[in-house]
Amino acid sequence: MGDALVHAVDEVTVSVRPKEFVALLGSSGSGKSTLLNLMAGLDRPSSGAIFAHGRNLAEMSSEDLAQHRSHTIGMVFQAFNLLPRMTLEENVELPLRLAEVDRNNRAGRVREAVERVRLSARLTHRPSELSGGEQQRAALARALVNRPTILLADEPTGNLDSATGDAILHLLQEINESLGMTIVMVTHDRDRAARYAHRIITMGDGKLLSDGTKI
Amino acid sequence: MKTRDLTELAARNLREAVLRNSLTTLGIAVGVASLVAMLSLGVGLQELANKKLSKSGLFDAVFVSSKTNQRGIGRQNPPESSTPKEPAKILDNEARQKIAALQNVVEVYPEIRFPTEIQFEGKPYSTTVAGIPPSAKAEGAFDGMKGNFFSNPDADEAILQIEFAKDLSSQPDSLIGKNLVLRYAERQPLPAEPTTKKSKNAAPGADSADEITGQSPGFSIVPREKTFRIIGIVETEPATSVGSFGRGRLLIPMQVAEVLRVAQANDLRGLLRRSSSKQTYDSLTVRVKSPTQVKSVEDTIQQMGYGTFSLLDATKSLRLVFAVFDLFLGIFGSLALAVASLGIVNTLVMAILERRREIGILKALGAADRDIRRLFFAEAGVMGLLGGIFGVTLGWLIGTALTFGTNVYLRQRDLPPIDLSSIPWWMVAGAIGFSIVVSLAAGIYPASRAAKLNPVEALRYE
Repeated sequence: MGDALVHAVDEVTVSVRPKEFVALLGSSGSGKSTLLNLMAGLDRPSSGAIFAHGRNLAEMSSEDLAQHRSHTIGMVFQAFNLLPRMTLEENVELPLRLAEVDRNNRAGRVREAVERVRLSARLTHRPSELSGGEQQRAALARALVNRPTILLADEPTGNLDSATGDAILHLLQEINESLGMTIVMVTHDRDRAARYAHRIITMGDGKLLSDGTKI
Repeated sequence: MKTRDLTELAARNLREAVLRNSLTTLGIAVGVASLVAMLSLGVGLQELANKKLSKSGLFDAVFVSSKTNQRGIGRQNPPESSTPKEPAKILDNEARQKIAALQNVVEVYPEIRFPTEIQFEGKPYSTTVAGIPPSAKAEGAFDGMKGNFFSNPDADEAILQIEFAKDLSSQPDSLIGKNLVLRYAERQPLPAEPTTKKSKNAAPGADSADEITGQSPGFSIVPREKTFRIIGIVETEPATSVGSFGRGRLLIPMQVAEVLRVAQANDLRGLLRRSSSKQTYDSLTVRVKSPTQVKSVEDTIQQMGYGTFSLLDATKSLRLVFAVFDLFLGIFGSLALAVASLGIVNTLVMAILERRREIGILKALGAADRDIRRLFFAEAGVMGLLGGIFGVTLGWLIGTALTFGTNVYLRQRDLPPIDLSSIPWWMVAGAIGFSIVVSLAAGIYPASRAAKLNPVEALRYE
């Protein structure tokens, strides 16, 4: 992650360089999601260390971890995890509220993020009124709105058909290239991982099976 | 998270589960309402009692007599020696002036009440006349009277007691503005006649002797007539002194009554006891500014050597009764509020289960534990505030309804309306504040539980 080294449970040692697009591959229960959550600061390791921008997440207070999630990390999930009763605009604005971004700057930031995922026409719609692909793009806009340096995606295409999934992956690729954002994506789709990511890390039973192989 | 964002999110969450949250808020409101209704009833009844009692003219009065061994109701006097240390002092005009000059004394007046005869439209009627001091105007007895109170303290005006007015006319209201003639016996001093000097101190019971005055102790009685204009009719009878609970059917201004120098029953006794025709009083009524000053005035008068009597102690026990009454009403109201606050705990704990995922998402997006805690806390607080406001309104409505119902009942019995419940501003502020505090306290557990939720597990929760 960034220029940091990642040590995770089960003696996994991974490092992710800035602006890298890494795919974390493995079957379910292989520990890839846990590794992602550790990077996000949503979970704490029982031993070992996780460094992001030179700071050890394992030693941070929960307050600092919240700051880390707020400012350094953007997250996208398989289930989109939009708040159902908020409009797209409000959903995207939520991280800005949590990060205490000045009210006057919020509308601009939201517009910018929504434009990037090409959903400007859907600002006032609620998640239930959006297609799966649109919902994932909205989630992506929400992850980008706070201008994090690292984007963590947990099976972002898992709930989408292949065409829509490809569109999302295209978008991730585009974000990686144009914004220079580091991306770590958990997936179990080896083909797609190979197509979009710079590097593939394979995990099984909580252990690192391979690193860097692109098939 | 900034407070404004927090409030917006909290308000939003409350709106989203509008049914559940309104039911919880209603629960709080009912709790607050019962608290407010009960307290307002307690306060209202207390105010009513205080008002009626202080207006009765009994609790702000000290009754002074020349006797030194009179007991007050419920008052414990030190045991008296069998023989008085000094002879009782005479209540004369001088004493009256002195007492009137005391601090906090509004008025000092004697009791004037005599049976006599009046002429009305050519026919004679016998009745009892009573002198009414100006301060009686503020008394409850003159509330809701027909016509007016005396225009000034020495006006030749009369107020009739309703029963007597009915004797005079089948339509009592028509009497106002008419004249009646009062026939009475005036006491006139006899011409001077030489008297012998007496010893200054006589035996107990004989009272003190007067100095030689050039006047005879006797008097003659002369029949007189005086015309009064009827200006009002009163239903209840004002109590002007302890001795006159009742039995004044024709009321005239005290000052006018005094000038009449009507021969009263006790004049004869006075004649035997005194060797002077100097005006003396059997008893005087001292009207004090407020019941709280009765004690000090009473003490001062006792130091002057007169017997006193007041009903102060009765109000003290009354206050105690009301304090206990309030306490009990408050306890029942608080029980209702306790049930309501359990409702808050329940609602918020349920909300955590229901919103686990949302909490996980918020945490993933950068919400700190503190933010989640404050969010739940704010929701509890808002429910408390709304419940408090609604509850006070509801409590006020209950109080008003009770007052209305009571007044309908009273009107059927020809009694004047009362304010049964009273909600002073401190009760409004207190009830809302209490509601918020209770709600926040009820929110502590759910809020900290929500804050401690593990985001990874929360996100996994479907």
